[in-house]
Amino acid sequence: MTIVRIPPTLREQTGGAAALDAEGATVRDLLDDLTGRYPALRDRIYDENELAQFVNVYVGGEDVRTREGLDTAVTDGSTVILLPAMAGGR
Amino acid sequence: MREHLDEPDAPLLVDVRTDRERRVANIPGSVHLPMAEVEARLAEVAPDPNRPIVTYCATGNRSLRILPTLAALGYEDARSMAGGIVAWQALGYPTDSASTLDDEKLARYSRHLLIPEVGIEGQQKLLQTSILLIGAGGLGSPAALYLAAAGVGRIGIVDDDRVDASNLQRQVLYSTAELGDSKAESARRTLEDLNPDVDVVTYEERLTSENIDRILSEGWELVVDGADNFPTRYLLNDASVWHGIPVVHGSIYRFEGQVTVFKPFEGPCYRCLFPQPPPPELAPSCAEGGVLGVLPGVIGSLQANEALKLALDIGEPLIGRLLLFDALPTRFDEVSIRRDPNCPVCGEHPTITEYIDYADFCGVPA
Repeated sequence: MTIVRIPPTLREQTGGAAALDAEGATVRDLLDDLTGRYPALRDRIYDENELAQFVNVYVGGEDVRTREGLDTAVTDGSTVILLPAMAGGR
Repeated sequence: MREHLDEPDAPLLVDVRTDRERRVANIPGSVHLPMAEVEARLAEVAPDPNRPIVTYCATGNRSLRILPTLAALGYEDARSMAGGIVAWQALGYPTDSASTLDDEKLARYSRHLLIPEVGIEGQQKLLQTSILLIGAGGLGSPAALYLAAAGVGRIGIVDDDRVDASNLQRQVLYSTAELGDSKAESARRTLEDLNPDVDVVTYEERLTSENIDRILSEGWELVVDGADNFPTRYLLNDASVWHGIPVVHGSIYRFEGQVTVFKPFEGPCYRCLFPQPPPPELAPSCAEGGVLGVLPGVIGSLQANEALKLALDIGEPLIGRLLLFDALPTRFDEVSIRRDPNCPVCGEHPTITEYIDYADFCGVPA
């Protein structure tokens, strides 16, 4: 079980949850688990079958794109942060 | 005494006067250790207790009085310079002067001058630093106030907005009496009132591909990005990379904020982090989003902190690190961001070489 942090901009798609437990050995598994339960999330983070360019995923503080992308392994207890671009400043 | 100072086994000359006295004039090659700090810091200033020490003050009274303290600390070979710096100067010997700060500035910035990492030199640096703020809203307000208070000599403000009632819950630069006023102009008044040392330059315009080169060419060394929309942020990123100007980036939404520093070619840029903005239909609407009033206070102050560190060249700026703040659990997280060799702007083979005006989908006032 891994905790995935959901950014405020995507909580409408997760029923308001700020963090969700997800099952899986890789980032792809985790996100498949989440988007299976919250289908509206899918269009917000995927472009076809890859992560959308305006969404980053961090495992242990590292961008998965600098590792094995969606195939990056996730171990139990690691923190996964989902982070889309955010522009507000006012 | 003077000839003796040029010899290889010269004694260590220790100035025991106050900061202010030392700034006015001091003997070249001397170290500074105010009377009150002798016990605590002598070992740091004079690591070798066997090296002879000569203390001096203005006329030789204090420097004589401190000798027993030195002896008690194990510095046996210590003498006082008779007549002090007054006699030294009367003999026509050279002195150094550190101060170009007048009494008003010495008082105003005294808490900076007390920090070794800032000091007179750092304060002078700040007074000569030019920082441009993009947006004088939630993030820009605290950033501008702290930068002006710190004595950043030239502050630019790009904002074409007017003060609205809905701003006052968080935009602490403005007061109720200023409703309807130009933000840039109102900010200029407040900042120059706060600190007359600051020269505020206003740009009552929206940053566009048409004006960005002109604005960035006006001598700005650092940019604090407090924009409220993607088109401005991407425009600013591309321009700052091409102009080689570091950007202190901050963004906020509801209870959460992000801060990082984009230093062109030394660290990642915004497009290394997010190569493209989200399509308008997927971008959160700023006006609908809402924000806890104090959140921009936290994030904007962190931006001011980064800007001051960069200006002073101290500490470890948030280059390559994205700091995430969540106000509800009161939690900071940090994630790494790296330069992307395939970055369309700062990568090895840039594909974006001219400004892009993205459709404006978030900056429209509610």
